Amino acid sequence: MIGIPAPHLEIDVLILGMAILLFETFAAKINKKTFAYAGIVGLTLVLIATFFLAPDQSGQGATGLWSFYTADALAIYFKRFTLVTTIIVLVMMIDYAPTIRNAETSNLGEFFSLPLLTCAGLMYLVSAIDFVFIFISLELVTISFFVLVSVPRRNQIALEAGVKYLILGALSTAFLVYGITWIFGVTGETNLQRIAAAFSSGKVEVYAATFGAVLVLVGVGFKIAAVPFQIWVPDVYQGAPTPVTAFLSVGSKAAGFVVLFRVLQPFLMLPNMQRLVALLALLTVVYGNLAALPQNNLKRLLGYSSIAHAGYLLIGVVCLDGRAVTFYLSAYLLMTLLSFAVMILVTQQTGEEISNFEGLATRAPFLAFAMLLGMASLAGLPLTAGFFGKFFIFASAIAQQQTALVVAGIVTVACGFYYYLKVVRAMYWQHASKSDGITVSILSRAVIILLIVGTILFGVYPQPLWNAIKPQRANVALKTTLNR
Amino acid sequence: MLLFLVLCPIAAALLIIIGAPARLTALVAAIANLLVTLFILVQFDRLAAGFQFVSSFVVSTDWRIDLAFGVDGLSLLMLLLATIVTVAAIWFTGQIDTGADGSRATATGKLASGREPINYERAFYACLLFISGGAIGAFASTDLFFFYAFHELALIPTFLLIGIWGTGNRVRAAWKITIYLTLGSFVLLIGLILLYQSLPPLERSFDMQQLQQAVAVHAISASEQRHIYLLLLIGFGVLISLFPFHSWAPEAYASAPAPAAMLHAGVLKKFGLYGLLRLTIPLLPDGAHYWMYLLAVLLLGNIIYIGLVTIAQRQLDWMLGYSSVMHMGYILLGIASANILGITGAAALIFAHGLSIALLFAIAGQIRTRTGTLAFDELGGLAKVMPFAGLAFGLAAFAAIGLPGFANFASEIMIFFGAIRNGWSMERFHIFQVATVLALWGVVISTVYMLRAYRSTFMGTMNERWARIVDLQANLKIPVALLVAGLLWFGFAPQTLVQMVMPTFRNHFTATK
Repeated sequence: MIGIPAPHLEIDVLILGMAILLFETFAAKINKKTFAYAGIVGLTLVLIATFFLAPDQSGQGATGLWSFYTADALAIYFKRFTLVTTIIVLVMMIDYAPTIRNAETSNLGEFFSLPLLTCAGLMYLVSAIDFVFIFISLELVTISFFVLVSVPRRNQIALEAGVKYLILGALSTAFLVYGITWIFGVTGETNLQRIAAAFSSGKVEVYAATFGAVLVLVGVGFKIAAVPFQIWVPDVYQGAPTPVTAFLSVGSKAAGFVVLFRVLQPFLMLPNMQRLVALLALLTVVYGNLAALPQNNLKRLLGYSSIAHAGYLLIGVVCLDGRAVTFYLSAYLLMTLLSFAVMILVTQQTGEEISNFEGLATRAPFLAFAMLLGMASLAGLPLTAGFFGKFFIFASAIAQQQTALVVAGIVTVACGFYYYLKVVRAMYWQHASKSDGITVSILSRAVIILLIVGTILFGVYPQPLWNAIKPQRANVALKTTLNR
Repeated sequence: MLLFLVLCPIAAALLIIIGAPARLTALVAAIANLLVTLFILVQFDRLAAGFQFVSSFVVSTDWRIDLAFGVDGLSLLMLLLATIVTVAAIWFTGQIDTGADGSRATATGKLASGREPINYERAFYACLLFISGGAIGAFASTDLFFFYAFHELALIPTFLLIGIWGTGNRVRAAWKITIYLTLGSFVLLIGLILLYQSLPPLERSFDMQQLQQAVAVHAISASEQRHIYLLLLIGFGVLISLFPFHSWAPEAYASAPAPAAMLHAGVLKKFGLYGLLRLTIPLLPDGAHYWMYLLAVLLLGNIIYIGLVTIAQRQLDWMLGYSSVMHMGYILLGIASANILGITGAAALIFAHGLSIALLFAIAGQIRTRTGTLAFDELGGLAKVMPFAGLAFGLAAFAAIGLPGFANFASEIMIFFGAIRNGWSMERFHIFQVATVLALWGVVISTVYMLRAYRSTFMGTMNERWARIVDLQANLKIPVALLVAGLLWFGFAPQTLVQMVMPTFRNHFTATK
């Protein structure tokens, strides 16, 4: 059995991305879609390679690269997660390409190659166990997103979104770096494990460490769109090209949660930290769901819904239930990408308002059904993957007796049903203003069918996904220290 | 066998969506299901306790969730109810009442606006079958997780049925029922998770039988039982339309197209009662005992308060909606009585009420299709033009009142005897005796509103506008006969039903009393 060293994966993705960028510059004649197909094929190969990895060498006393980088089960799982997301986003980008081409002349090549660089950044991020490395990979992700968000640069809304994301992103990075310096000042370490060791030794300045931790939380909170760091989400989600929105809401969020999870493990030894995260979770579910209620633009609605889902995920983080969070994120990948994939196809013809979806059931029954399933799963209807996500999160919240979070969770789930079913209502109750059908390319159809199958399969039979991520020993140990 | 019962309607619904002939496929699937249920009924061993026809597939080993099916007497009764009402509901879907734009069907069945209803007809049957499949799945599951999940399968079809084909303020009604039921079922979910977590980790399971065995060894502490029971009571209570949580029901049933109202009021709403019988009696006896008084007060709210509200209704559909809320009070009285007579009566009344309310909604839907209104002021004298509808409605109304000879009478009398025995002493009346006396007045109330409804719909002078109305189509006599036969059979031979249900509870009550 061959063993590929884990860091090679990111290097391959980076080389692929740069190669596409260079080809695009020097071979202007090639059909730009070729680059997207090349990206999809390349990433699929890397995805296959993740199943033949050499064992993890990080851990206690590791030196060199392995003190920055881990290839534990969580990291490998989320590397695959990121790769799948990027592949699907590339497929969506092919469908979305006409819009970019109309608005611009020549930057389709960047549009297809930048996701690969983002992907490499996300893959580094989920492996990062050192603040320096977290910071660098976060920057790689954020900077390529700055460009991606404002690719249609003549479009004012996209430009506004880009500038907002740039300024607020830079601000949050500043918070993160400031927080890291405080923690470094207190403990003299940047490696998370050694920070944890320093905290548990009890010789650290608690207030200074808490201050640093709160600043780091602000920085990460921006990435996962937790309230009160969510202001950028609706505008950026609405203004960015739709595939980029999908990428932001799935890839960026998932990596953010992995980082949060890794970073919080040492920090939760600090007093009041768990309470603070619980408060964030509470605010986030309530705000996300309530603000989504009056939305009429589907993209904006999904933006608020992604805030709401960040809230449910934070409930899982408060309970330190890594498996529940992982499962929720996987379900979230399936259902969010499903909704975005359908939305891109529909909005090519009409617009992004919910009213543009009226009568979709008669125009394109297949797409309407796919959207129905996506919405049902996002709302958390049983027999879809989204329900199991909520089920596991609620189960661990109940087990830890987080009563306030459970109550907020139930009430907001009911809100969620309202705004997700608003889309269903438009598709099935109302009459179509247009009657022409919508053509779906074979590739998109295959992706949508795959996502549908995944959503239903993991809604009835969650065990494979649940097994894919074994509980981490460190996590269990930490729980016992907390429960003392 | 049971897997077939569950999958048959769902597969038929998918076939219809793909393009199979809608009505034919739906009817064949429904009748096949009824026949399979009757076959199971014949093969069923009435004396054995525990589940029969068991089949299971492991879903999650970590959480001990299985896709497991099995029937005992109680669930078999529920399956029988579900399959009979499904056949009737699909049969009565002769013509779609109204279109999404409020266009009204005329007596000949053509849509007034001329909109082509073909594509929507498929969706209608598919939604009905999904509701039926969800209900059957919930009743046949022996695993709590799927018991819950299958019930939720009906949520979106109900939303679509009311939203697309409803009458009156359909938008409001559709949102109201969906949000209410979502909230209720998530409260219920929390209760179920608490129930699961109340056992020591190695004993935890979602399987009902394993749960019962586990509880027999490690009884759940009384304080935990109280919490869980209260959550289950509220969760199921919303689904049942227990008194303060009832306001979604009349509105939704008044707006829903008749077949949807038949399935929902007749079958789906019984899920909550079935759940209370299935879970609280064996698993949470202390919790039930603790909240007994609360439940008694709430169910009197259902019987007396809602009963009076029902009398005040001026529209047939609203009146039927409220009456179905009111009758839940009797069933809950039986459940609260906590002895085998009352419990068995409750199970029997679930069945009887399901059949009678389905028939009432079916006839009301037929009247609405023909006249376009259900206001008492405008109707009257319809028995002249619709003699068969009048007969069917009359029988169903008598059954609903609880006239001897119908299954409703047999079950109500068991409930009353059971309830009055609860805490009986020679010195003075306790709460259950008072509740029983008040509930008996409920029979008078239901007599008043049912007979008034019958009088103002079918008797009296007829409005000239209705002179050209035709009676029910001849083939609709079959589903009517099916429903009435069920009511009469168990009315004259209630022992057959009691013997079937008794083993489910007998062990439990002989053990504790």
